[in-house]
Amino acid sequence: MKNKLKLIIIFVSLIFCFIIFYKGLDKSNTYTPKTNIEKSLPTFKAKDFSLNTYVNSENIFSEENYYIVNIWASWCVPCRKEHPLLMELNKNQSIKLIGLNYKDNLSNAKKFINELGNPYGQILIDKDGTLAVEFGAYGVPESFLIDKNKKIIKKIIGPINKEIIEEIKLIIK
Amino acid sequence: MKTLKFFLIISLSIGSFQLKSEEKNDEFKNRILKNIRCLICQGQSVYDSESDFASSIKLIVNKMIDDGMSEDQVYKFLREKYGDWVIYEPELNKNTYILWLLPLLLFMIGGAIMIKKLNFKN
Repeated sequence: MKNKLKLIIIFVSLIFCFIIFYKGLDKSNTYTPKTNIEKSLPTFKAKDFSLNTYVNSENIFSEENYYIVNIWASWCVPCRKEHPLLMELNKNQSIKLIGLNYKDNLSNAKKFINELGNPYGQILIDKDGTLAVEFGAYGVPESFLIDKNKKIIKKIIGPINKEIIEEIKLIIK
Repeated sequence: MKTLKFFLIISLSIGSFQLKSEEKNDEFKNRILKNIRCLICQGQSVYDSESDFASSIKLIVNKMIDDGMSEDQVYKFLREKYGDWVIYEPELNKNTYILWLLPLLLFMIGGAIMIKKLNFKN
């Protein structure tokens, strides 16, 4: 009886270890952030790119509209790639684009906008990257879709592509 | 001359006291930074990393500590932004009960078995 119990305990422990390791094999050891999130919009104060004055987040997101906060920089190659799509998205009346210029040189950033066009209703300067942290971003380019209730409903990691544009259009319809 | 010596001693001791408290503050900040995972570099803490992400987090943590926030408040802020993964030391909650309690449970079972065996031998 005792031996049987011992065997059962060993067997159960082995099964338990097997399940843990098997599950661990499937899991990626790199960070994969959740993209379908619902978070409140952070409150912040940031410098306006063109006016060079400070603006409050309440004033930036004051309209009852969908917003896209797009983190970009002139030194970021994928940002250049997604820019034409942002220009296209800007034609949609039910969404407003807010740019967050991340750790960039101001004159280079202006050159970038002059060269490729300005899809943003407003651009904010994030000189040290702390504003991007407020949004929960960890790289560039990154975009956040904000709904009419001022909630972040989607996080887009990496450059925006055509599929994502279609997805956004479906959400804001 | 005596007053000069007195002021010299006072200013030196104030200086060393400030230096010590600054050192303590830096140690405290570093301890926090070592417990924050750099999300874009594999296996490195924010303290060890030189990435853009890590440098922004370092700035935020420094500011929060200078503003008088506690270690827990810093972790809470980062957890809200990036989830539990960003902190190396997992919080005790319903998802981590097994993680925290299993070693303790195994230790107790092992201890009980040892005591039982020793008693049996005696």
